Amino acid sequence: MKLRDTLSLSLHSIASTRTRSLLIVLAMALGVGAVVVLTALGDGARRYVVGQFASLGTNLVIVLPGRAETSGGFVGAALGQTPRDLTLDDAQAVGQLPGVRRYAPLNVGTAELASGGRLREVTILGSNADLLPIRHMALSHGSFSGGAAQIVIGSVIARDFFPDGDAIGQRVRLGDRRFRISGVLSKQGESMGFNTDEIVIVPVDDAQALFNTETLFRILVEANSRAAIEPLKQAMSHVLKQRHDGEEDVTVITQDAVLATFDRILSALTLAVAGIAAISLAVAGILVMNVMLVAVTQRTAEIGLLKAIGAPAADIRHLFLAEALWLSLAGGALGFALGHLGSWAIRLAYPTLPAWPPTWASVAGIATALITGIVASLLPAARAAKLDPVRALSGK
Amino acid sequence: MIRLTSITRVFHMGDQEVRALNDVSLDIASGEYVSIMGPSGSGKSTLLNVIGLLDRPDSGRYELDGSDVTALSETEQARVRREKIGFVFQSFHLVPRLTAAQNIELPLILEGLAPAERKLRVDAVLDAFDLTDRATHRPAELSGGQRQRVAIARATILRPTALLADEPTGNLDHRIGAEVMALLEALHHSGTTLIVVTHDRELGARAHRHIAMRDGEIVGDEK
Ligand SMILES: Nc1ncnc2c1ncn2[C@@H]1O[C@H](COP(=O)(O)OP(=O)(O)OP(=O)(O)O)[C@@H](O)[C@H]1O
Ligand SMILES: [Mg+2]
Repeated sequence: MKLRDTLSLSLHSIASTRTRSLLIVLAMALGVGAVVVLTALGDGARRYVVGQFASLGTNLVIVLPGRAETSGGFVGAALGQTPRDLTLDDAQAVGQLPGVRRYAPLNVGTAELASGGRLREVTILGSNADLLPIRHMALSHGSFSGGAAQIVIGSVIARDFFPDGDAIGQRVRLGDRRFRISGVLSKQGESMGFNTDEIVIVPVDDAQALFNTETLFRILVEANSRAAIEPLKQAMSHVLKQRHDGEEDVTVITQDAVLATFDRILSALTLAVAGIAAISLAVAGILVMNVMLVAVTQRTAEIGLLKAIGAPAADIRHLFLAEALWLSLAGGALGFALGHLGSWAIRLAYPTLPAWPPTWASVAGIATALITGIVASLLPAARAAKLDPVRALSGK
Repeated sequence: MIRLTSITRVFHMGDQEVRALNDVSLDIASGEYVSIMGPSGSGKSTLLNVIGLLDRPDSGRYELDGSDVTALSETEQARVRREKIGFVFQSFHLVPRLTAAQNIELPLILEGLAPAERKLRVDAVLDAFDLTDRATHRPAELSGGQRQRVAIARATILRPTALLADEPTGNLDHRIGAEVMALLEALHHSGTTLIVVTHDRELGARAHRHIAMRDGEIVGDEK
């Protein structure tokens, strides 16, 4: 018997038991669909997090005061010293290192913004002009040179304080100091729990005067390239240690490392979720096996007849395997479509979540359906092939 | 040429032993027309099944066209069955979801013939059996006589050397039964060995050789 005929004959018998075939196809489709949708969700979450990090800046190396490591602790503490704070001079020294594209010192605090009778408590970032490119922030109006008493305001503040859109050049009061608005940030929304539409950026000197402090909250450094990150991190640690009398009292982190960790965790999670969904395919496999066993019983006389007119056991086995192949192929294809439809619905409902099913998940889902279907039909097919033709013909 | 030597077929029903065929020896030459008669349970169907390689004897030797076929593998036996033997059953055994033409086509598909060749041969056989206007009908839409004609067409489309019919008229009324017998006899006239199991004395008498069975043994064999 030719493969082509095996395939078309088995398709014919599937079509003649429509309800049963539909049931199997549906069970398979739900399994495959679940794999596709759940991986789309998992991978969407991963991409979302990665995207959030990327929006913070690329090739970032960040310095924070204090030692974050548990091993050893701060040696100087035993000698009655306190860890040295980060200063603007530290930032400048780090900024001179080779491999640095730009750097920005950072102070964070809050103050009262007042203008034209309006008052609001706002978050203030004190930094220089390079903060904007480093943090991938853009201005919709005006400019920011970091010059004294210049400030940039978020889009929501601009809208609330200057509904006429004439914010640029306006004089405002922050705390007890006067500033002139030189720029308005373009709308960006939430990023890592930080709404850039409601912040005010001021020159770092002004921020330190405003908050009455000499120390920095962070130093943000953007490396020239991905490859430059690691040597730059080493060099920064070295320079800061020298400047702090040999104490390692700052922490230098790379965004890459944090990002890689998240990436790993979320990838593993996606895989786990896909695995759980694949288990539902095993359940579909058991259904396939049961239904095929029933089919063998119902078609005993037909199997006997085929043997009587000269079909070898192998042909009978192939016919039943081909039926399973068709059913799981249809189930896989339908599941693929359902999965993509589901992912599309998720993207529609949560536009911020890039819930695109990864290709590997679609391939793995369909492959699992095929393998499950074939494996589940091995036993029924073998049973059909082994039937004694005389007894089969008499319907026993 | 069919040669059975000391064929025994034993069935076990619990601890009871049924000798369906007991040391049966029989020669049937090519082109013979043989009837097998005997009371129910005498082993007629079992004998036919052994001859048709549907059943394996427990002991004895079976030569078909000069070669021992008892020792063949399952696949080889299937091929012999397909190419040398045609079965016709009392209850027709058509596949209900397939049309008359598709039922007749089955042996050609098993043989691995190309679709174009299959169509030619099925059309020719439909014409020869006067079934052309029933080609696309399913078995449920056919009369008993038509069904048996389809079954005979299917059994003979690969031109077997032996046609084995187990009570082919058992489910048909007398007139239609006679028509079916005439069809089988026509095939015999064109050279096919014809072996018919029947309870009908009149039909049995039309054969050229009459074998009588009782309790798994041949008790009469006359020409
Ligand atoms: N699969 C089987 N298992 C057990 N016993 C069987 C089996 N097939 C046949 N027999 C027994 O073997 C004997 C011969 O059976 P067989 O079917 O050959 O008789 P038969 O002559 O064709 O009868 P009938 O005219 O009723 O068709 C009977 O006693 C029957 O019960
Ligand atoms: Mg019988």
